[in-house]
Amino acid sequence: MTTTRTQARIEADEKVPMIHIYRDFAATPAQLFRAHTDPELFARWVGPTDIGADIDYWDARDGGSWRYTASRDGDLVAGFRGCFHTVSPERIVQTFTWEGMPEGVALETLTFEDLGDGRTRLHATSLCDSFEARDQWLASGMETGVDEGYGALDRLLEAGEL
Amino acid sequence: MSDQLSKVFAALADPTRRDIVARLSAGDATVNAIAAPYDVSLQAVSKHLKVLEDAGLVSRSREAQRRPVHLEAEVFDLMTKWIERYQGRAEERFARLDAVLAGLDEHGDPLARHDQQHQHDQHADDDEDRHDPHPEGQAS
Repeated sequence: MTTTRTQARIEADEKVPMIHIYRDFAATPAQLFRAHTDPELFARWVGPTDIGADIDYWDARDGGSWRYTASRDGDLVAGFRGCFHTVSPERIVQTFTWEGMPEGVALETLTFEDLGDGRTRLHATSLCDSFEARDQWLASGMETGVDEGYGALDRLLEAGEL
Repeated sequence: MSDQLSKVFAALADPTRRDIVARLSAGDATVNAIAAPYDVSLQAVSKHLKVLEDAGLVSRSREAQRRPVHLEAEVFDLMTKWIERYQGRAEERFARLDAVLAGLDEHGDPLARHDQQHQHDQHADDDEDRHDPHPEGQAS
């Protein structure tokens, strides 16, 4: 495994209220697909490090729906829900709503591009309701008050897991 | 502010404009100097500068004949901070995803499922089976 530090690339689209995220992984598309569709695996990485995520319901198929929450000391910190529109090995399309702003909904597309050599590029797009909503999302984020910066990444690097 | 932020993000979505901003961070420059390295018309560069100016990222003094372009670092820093924070959170999430992926085989199946424990016992000599079946424990 290379010691080169991978970095997520974030871009705000100029023409539509969309956020692009690019990130390369030392994994196959099948691994990435599994990590995004298996609820137990998904819960292990999506949530903030200290509180994680609780899957409420999860039906990863075309037309299925999902919801997960994050809680601290028994208090609900945030809830997220949406529908899976397309679930296929190379591409997942789903809606995404942060329950703190229940009238808002984003359309998310995740593409897993096989780079060969056991590497895969994730390209995630989030199409928001408006430029204002998109920029609020970028500026304040949906995270749950936990801003650990690069701490978790550094720990994984130190542990030799990257 | 959020309207300005939209303009800032839109302005910086273009690679040429990002390049112009990067070069202006070294110091003020005239439009001609900015346009020199690019294989585009002066007019096209002026158009890019207008977008950057509307977003508040650069300014041009009105009185001076040469009208050098100046980078408004304050706006740029604010914007960079937001993007970096967002990227930091995304990267933190993806680092956890890296760890999860390390526990899957190439087909996406977990390497150490409970129903494989029997195999673990039977093939104790295989290198593959010597891995800790609980990846969470590897961090310690």
